[in-house]
Amino acid sequence: MERIIFYIISVLMIIFAAVSVINRNIMRALISLLFVMLGFAGIYFMMNFYFLGAVQMTVYAGGIIILYITSIMLIEKIGQPLDAPKILRQIIAVAISSLGTGVVLFAIYNYNFTIAETSPSTSIKTIGKALINYSDTGYILPFEVVSMLLLAAMVGAIVIAKTYSRKKSTK
Amino acid sequence: MILGVSIYEILTVSTIIFFIGVYGFFTRKNLIAMLMSIELILNSSVLNFVVINKYLFPQSIDGNIFSLFIIAIAAAETALALAIIINLYRLIMSLKTEEIETMKN
Repeated sequence: MERIIFYIISVLMIIFAAVSVINRNIMRALISLLFVMLGFAGIYFMMNFYFLGAVQMTVYAGGIIILYITSIMLIEKIGQPLDAPKILRQIIAVAISSLGTGVVLFAIYNYNFTIAETSPSTSIKTIGKALINYSDTGYILPFEVVSMLLLAAMVGAIVIAKTYSRKKSTK
Repeated sequence: MILGVSIYEILTVSTIIFFIGVYGFFTRKNLIAMLMSIELILNSSVLNFVVINKYLFPQSIDGNIFSLFIIAIAAAETALALAIIINLYRLIMSLKTEEIETMKN
């Protein structure tokens, strides 16, 4: 049963990923990207990573997609379709990506993974304790660094996207 | 781990989505569309972290926490990149990569 659900989710994810890089209407491409994100969240839920799946759904599907939608709506010319890529560029891109896929899949299928037998489910309590743990296996330093990074990104985004008066900038 | 699904199948899915993102990055000419392809690439690498943590080292939670950090940094990166793109659109009224050739207008 889980196997069938996994196959359905993966096929849908691959189809929507292809639509999101091929479709020339950027809004449709964005909505396909949203479904790809939800598919990733579904796979995390199936692997019992509930916290990560929730974060994926709130941050990616909730936050980042909305950010894209608002910034697309701020840009006026978005109604017209995107440019079609040149045939030569398309052929080169297909060649590079299929070559890369082949090499990586060849490497994966030739490597003998030693799968662990037991699979304990990770609770949110464990993740939270590891994030604020300051011993050798803890993650307090990157946690604080990421919080500073998010603050800096917030201030930076406000400053960069702020509207300055046209008189001053064009003199 | 997912019952009846081996690690190879999940890694195959993440590889295919990664290279779909690479294809989009090469063929798109609009800046926002290129950024969307980068999101695909980032997401598939997160899936790799999670799968390897779950299937090979289920006792540790390092892959899980790394994925959280990747998601946080991707959010910051997207916010900054979209701010830069909106500012750029105000300056040159276009988002095509060929028309963005000067650093100062």
